[in-house]
Order: sequence, then structure tokens, then C-alpha cells
Amino acid sequence: MRDVAVIGVGMIKFGRYPEKTVPELAGQAALLALKDAGVDMKDIELMASGNLYQSNAMVGQRILQTIGQTGIPVINVANACATGSTAFREAYYSVASGAYDMTLAVGSEQMGKMGLLGGGGAGGDRAYSTEGVLGSGLMPAVFGMAGVEHMRKYGTTQEQFAKVSVKNHKHSMHNPYSQYQTEVGLEDVLNARVVSWPNTLYMCCPTGDGAAAAVLCSMDKARQYTTKPIRVAASVLTSDPWTQRDLIMPDINTLTRNAAKQAYETAGIGPEDLDLIELHDCFATAEILHYENLGICGEGEAGRMIDEGATSVGGKIPVNASGGLLSKGHPLGATGVANVCEVVWHLRGEAGNRQVEGAKVGMAHVIGLGSACTLQVLEKV
Amino acid sequence: MAEAPAVEKKTQRPIVPFLKLPGVAGQKPYLMGSRCKQCGATYLGTRMACSRCFSTEGMDEVKLSDKGELHVFSIVHQSAPGVPTPYVAAIVDLPEGVSVRCNINGVGPDPKNLKFGMPVEMVTETVSTDREGNEVVAFSFRPA
Repeated sequence: MRDVAVIGVGMIKFGRYPEKTVPELAGQAALLALKDAGVDMKDIELMASGNLYQSNAMVGQRILQTIGQTGIPVINVANACATGSTAFREAYYSVASGAYDMTLAVGSEQMGKMGLLGGGGAGGDRAYSTEGVLGSGLMPAVFGMAGVEHMRKYGTTQEQFAKVSVKNHKHSMHNPYSQYQTEVGLEDVLNARVVSWPNTLYMCCPTGDGAAAAVLCSMDKARQYTTKPIRVAASVLTSDPWTQRDLIMPDINTLTRNAAKQAYETAGIGPEDLDLIELHDCFATAEILHYENLGICGEGEAGRMIDEGATSVGGKIPVNASGGLLSKGHPLGATGVANVCEVVWHLRGEAGNRQVEGAKVGMAHVIGLGSACTLQVLEKV
Repeated sequence: MAEAPAVEKKTQRPIVPFLKLPGVAGQKPYLMGSRCKQCGATYLGTRMACSRCFSTEGMDEVKLSDKGELHVFSIVHQSAPGVPTPYVAAIVDLPEGVSVRCNINGVGPDPKNLKFGMPVEMVTETVSTDREGNEVVAFSFRPA
């Protein structure tokens, strides 16, 4: 494998765009990334497009129909919430393998106000629907129970989970790409209506629309285009191995830990070398679990870590400087590429008022329930 | 004289295939599991091969216990349209090494009513009627 650099990134502000189509949203992000890289569609040799809810609708080709049909290979990717990040990984390996010199990854989603996600299928007859009868397969309950398991093991409190929401909303005030840019206080979070205990409304990510894109290039050619190439030091994808309760209670921990081990080994670094992390805070409970899964603190120390402010911008290891999924938003297919955009901006020193000073190495983490975990380690060169 | 119309006997059907309804007096409904002949890993319902040791040598059908312990829970206040809330959604661990996703009934939907590891037992009830008029039977757990 050869070295690969991200030479251009772009995204649109996450939000709601009912008047636009998915190719229009994604096309905007792609053009921003191409412009940022100083290239155009004729330089791109392969495109990987991540979109979940239109995964049977050739979204990648339709994006090219809006920004330039050059006849290149297009890969359409669906991998739950890890859809965009899996598309990024396809674009990465296409260059790392030596098969292509320059590729484009685009992630997009248009969710509107689609409400809660997940749940068991009713097999055509609602009488056999298990949702609310045999517990819950909806994401708020799945991640609620994952948080409760951490409470059981370590005595973590609802207030500690709530502090994640306070932190990420505060971070998002400085991110012009964030769906929400509003501060919320701890009491606001704890007094908001409960969605699935212990997660209240502000502890659940919103639905929304969005798109993000990245241009990848072999490192040996990257400097022709930019003075600030960002090296992809690791790009890892895992699925869940067998664990005791896996198909009954989704296990978001083991596959993240496996991915982290691989990512650190490949990048030749440890968690102590990271300057910032964008991780998958689809619910406030999840962020706490991932502090331990990614090894930025010891087992059972995540609650204390949020109490001490260690993961705020200005703290020891800033997490979700963008505002995270909780406030920046989570248009499923766009999320994994948007996380890469955010880390790249910090490593280039272009993250404005939310800049993590002197950032040299960053990580982008995504989990798609079902499950898929991606980790990208990016570093300044 | 017209004959009285025959009363069609309604059939009971389980909401999921791993809930077994013997339909014989004195035999209670139970959950069915599969145990790997090679490594002993036990699963709810059936599997084609063992996820743990990858053996394809077959599984033994196991009648699972109707008593277990509460592992974790969430109190669901917002759900899909038509689902009554609030309710307790939970994961229950059974002694055979199998976990079950279920509702906990018989307690108010408040975290203070639930204790990690508390003993629970399975009960069944008719929860709906399907398009063909069959009674759909589901299971839940309640404090033992």
C-alpha cells in the first residue's frame, strides 16, 4: 500500500432542504471539495458515493450527471450510519492500492423529518410487529440500554451522559456547518422530555439533510495540488464478531475496540498521540462508551473524563469540536465524510473559532448499527 | 331448518418463531434455543452454523428457562406510531447463556422500580389478532 493524502474537502451546512434533490445537495459538496483541491471532474479517476435511503437509486451516477459525466467507475455504498465513511475507505483503498491516482468520496442523505430509526419489521402484518411488545429495536432504546450497561458496570450517572450534550452543543456554536448552533445548559438537557431513558431530547441526534465530499490523491502527487496534504494514516472497517449478547443486544463496543487496535497499529501511534477526535455521538450515552473503546481513558473512567472537561475544546483531548452528531446533525450517509472534513480543517489550522490549536493527528469514528465501525486516522505532514 | 353456522376455531400463533406454544393442557409456552454441538454456544432461535466456533456440525434444540435476571433496561417514552408509551424495554439473561429482548411488565415505567440482576419470569398473553383472525401471542417478563 502506498501513502494517500486528502487534498480537498467540502460540505454543506447540515439542515433541512426539502426543495433540493439528493444529487443537488451532494453535487454542491463535491464541487466545494474539487475547488478546495484545485482540480476538476476530469482529474477524478473513480468516485465512491455513500447514501443510505436511496441506495437502490444510483446516487453516485446521478451526482455526476449534475457535475460532470466523465465515464469513470462509480461505487454506490450503503453501510448504515457508516455509509459515508465506508465510501471514503473505498476511495482511499482505490488510491492506496496503486490502481488510481485521484478519487472522490461523497456522502449524502436527505432524511427530512423522518422520525425514529430502526425497529423490527412486521413481515407485512402489523399484528406481528415486535416493537414495543418484545422490547425495542429503535435506536433511542438501543443506545439507552448501552448507556445503562455502563451505569451498571461503573456507576455512571444520567447527569454525566447529559454533560456530553452540553459540551457538543457548546462546540457547535462555532461551527457554521452545524444544523443547530445553540447552547443548552445542563438543566435544559436533564429537564427536556425523555425519549428513551436515560437519553432526553437533547441527548439524541436530530434527523436532517446534508452532504460532504473529499478528494484523495497519492501522496507523491499531492504536493502538486496543495501545500497542506493530510495523510490518511489508517482507514479501518470492522463488523461485529460473536459476543455473548450480540444479536439480542447490539454490541457497539467490541467492534470499535477491534477497529481502534487495528487503527493504532497501522498508524503507528497510540491514543495519547491524538489531538482531536470526531466520534459517533448519535446519542449522548454513546460518546461516553467510546472514550473507553478508543482508549483515551481507562475502563470506567469516561464519566470522570466528561466531568473534568478533558474532552472539551481546550481540554486534554477535544472530542466532537464540530458539535458532533448531537448538534451538527446526522444525515446518515453524509456523516462519515463530514467527520473527515472536520478533522482535515483542524489539521490545516482552518477550523475558525473552534480550532484545536496545534492539531497534528486526528481521528474520525463512525458506527453503523448492524454493525459496521470505521476509523480514519488523519495526520498533518 | 337452517343449521347454526359452525364457529370457526381461532388458532393461536406466536409473535416470533422461537416462542413455542405447545397447545396441550399442562404444558406452558416456552422459548426455544439452539446449542452448538461443538462449543456449547447457545442461541435464541435457530442458526445455520455457530457464530462463535463456525461449526456446521449442527445444533441441539434447547428448551430455555422461563426465569432469568434483568441485565439492562431503558424506559421508552417516544416510539413508533401506535406503540403505547411509556414502557420498560429490557435485556434479560437466561441461565442457559442466552439473552432475550423483551418488555418488563408488572412494574411502573420508572428507573427506580428496576434493579440490575433482579429475578424475572416469563409470561405470555395475546397481544393482537392477525389478518386471518388468529390470536397473536407474545411473551414478556415480570418481577419473579
